[in-house]
Amino acid sequence: MRNTTKFVLAAVAAFGLAGQASAAEVKACFVYVGPIGDFGWSYQHDQGRLAVEEEFGDKVETAYLESVPEGADAERAIERFARSGCDIIFTTSFGYMDPTNKIAAKFPDVKFEHATGYKRETPNVSVYSSKFYQGRYIQGQIAAKVSETGVAGYIASFPIPEVVRGINSFILGAQSIDPDFKLKVVWVNTWFDPGKEADAAKALIDQGVDIITQHTDSTAPMQVAAERGIKAFGQASDMANFGPETQLTSIIDDWAPYYVERVKAVLDGTWESQDVWHGMAEGNVVMAPYANMPDDVKEMAQETEAKITSGEFEPFTGPIKKQDGSEWLAEGEKADIGTMLGMNFYVEGVDDQLPQ
Amino acid sequence: MRVELVRRPHPSALYGALSPFLALLITATLGAIMFAILGKAPHLALYAYFIEPLTEVWSLHELLVKAAPLILIAIGLSVCFLSNNWNIGAEGQFIIGAIFGSVLPVMFPEFRGPFVLPIMLLMGILGGMTYAAIPALLKAKLNTNEILSSLMLVYVAQLFLDWLVRGPWRNPQGFNFPESRNFHADAVLPEVISASGRAHYGFVFAIIAAVVMWYILNRTLKGFEIRVMGQSPRAGRFAGFSRAGTILTTFLIAGGLAGLAGISEVSGAIGQLRPVISPGYGFTAIIVAFLGRLNPLGIVAAGLVLALSYLGGEAAQISLGVSNKVANVFQGILLFSVLACDTLIHYRVRIAGRPSAEGQGV
Repeated sequence: MRNTTKFVLAAVAAFGLAGQASAAEVKACFVYVGPIGDFGWSYQHDQGRLAVEEEFGDKVETAYLESVPEGADAERAIERFARSGCDIIFTTSFGYMDPTNKIAAKFPDVKFEHATGYKRETPNVSVYSSKFYQGRYIQGQIAAKVSETGVAGYIASFPIPEVVRGINSFILGAQSIDPDFKLKVVWVNTWFDPGKEADAAKALIDQGVDIITQHTDSTAPMQVAAERGIKAFGQASDMANFGPETQLTSIIDDWAPYYVERVKAVLDGTWESQDVWHGMAEGNVVMAPYANMPDDVKEMAQETEAKITSGEFEPFTGPIKKQDGSEWLAEGEKADIGTMLGMNFYVEGVDDQLPQ
Repeated sequence: MRVELVRRPHPSALYGALSPFLALLITATLGAIMFAILGKAPHLALYAYFIEPLTEVWSLHELLVKAAPLILIAIGLSVCFLSNNWNIGAEGQFIIGAIFGSVLPVMFPEFRGPFVLPIMLLMGILGGMTYAAIPALLKAKLNTNEILSSLMLVYVAQLFLDWLVRGPWRNPQGFNFPESRNFHADAVLPEVISASGRAHYGFVFAIIAAVVMWYILNRTLKGFEIRVMGQSPRAGRFAGFSRAGTILTTFLIAGGLAGLAGISEVSGAIGQLRPVISPGYGFTAIIVAFLGRLNPLGIVAAGLVLALSYLGGEAAQISLGVSNKVANVFQGILLFSVLACDTLIHYRVRIAGRPSAEGQGV
């Protein structure tokens, strides 16, 4: 009985505490699809959250929910944030798109930022994404230089445009060096499953690839590549710790500048709905240090990186043929944004059938 | 020395009734210790878990949204389990139900009117039944192990849904992203009290299913047959009950309810088909079925408690900043306490030097 009394007292006390106002001016909240310890996608978003905390100190309070499944649970998680006093909510997975817009319509005073989607149904929703494919082009060039077998392996998550863009950009980069370069793709149908990703890496190595690149979020492929003594590219974060002799470079998603900028806009009262697609120029896509490669390859990579950053070069510039041999882009022609956002075809040279 | 469990000849009725509350108290105590070790104020954590989700109307709605599929599926599963049929594939039946039910709004979006929703629900039930019939027939005719066949059909269903939303059922306006078109207004399962939250009729279905199934199991010959075939198939055969008939009936009930849960979830809570539509409801429902002691009315309570622990886990993540792993551990403590309390009420622990001669060891 005494325990029950204590419990009731605790509840009453908690009521009082929960009512206390926080000193922060702005509360920024984040919804993650994976665990923050994935050392990939969600980890990098959480690094962005920590950067916000560091930048604004006591003025900004942050909160996050991790491993929120896409679907009915996402809507509840986002609504809970909206009701718990968040001023700006970052929803960091494509599958949160409809729930984000639905909740945004109900809470016009809260700002919503949805990563990698395309719907903005109310003026309090922004969408943001990142041109990861720019880094893939550089990876492709490095792969073609470093590979001895002339075949690279690509561990892909889901056949959505973002992933297909990465595969195409990689092969374009590789073929700019070696026109015969081949790419094998394995679809694992998950963003995060160390077991499946490791199996895919082993299967690819057994098929003769000597470079592994991945569009999934765990460090397992890097670790397998390290065990088998081949080279690999990291994904989303710098994975050099998991393969110091293995990682050539990694495409780092650096969300910190964007998150700091948007939270500041809320603090200043200047936040407006926008649709941004940032890349290397804005510091959103960063390459991890080039390592485990000869100096001339490193120089080439740095040169391409500089060209992409300055806007002098874009990976999707013609002439480019589709996989079936038909012409997509003529000499000098650049891909239009609609085709880029909805990309559902391979370019020439990919040794795989795109799941349709 | 060995430890054994001895069945109590006369389990205490008082403790039997108090068991769930006792379990809750133990969970609260263990949880408080865990939160204290993590450096979080235990009273705040417990408040976030058990009370905060119940303090707001919208959150109560969310509780019903989360509990509805768990209860619907668990009721069907309880019928299977009572008859000693181990249907582990409710997740697949849920998915196929959702797919069958979505045929109308996805393939024939121009077909509108008040008939759309009832047809969808019926097709959902039919889909779940059809899918459950596969392991049932395999067991009845070929003596296949239904645990394996029903479980493996889950993966088939998941991949089939995945293929559909990436291929033939992909939203033509969706930039090639893997999802079906959004259901039109006539195809959406309405909210019960839309002014205050998004609880849809799925929960009403769950309550109706619980009452009907309670009646069938306790007041009809069919219910008796299901219990007898579960407890003593030999006695059941002497009574003239058909083994194959029971297998098929129970699987069809479970599949139908899982299918109804699937189409209700898609139509009421999600509004379109996506590559993944369930965070494992079909598997969690197995726990709900046993927490509710395979009694339809108990399952309603168990479903609500488990749904509360999910919502509470989120509330604790936000208000205390604990990881969702902690939330999972806490859920585990809750389940463990419930099962431990039940076990210790029916059995007593005996530390014996050598095998006991009396009583029934387990």
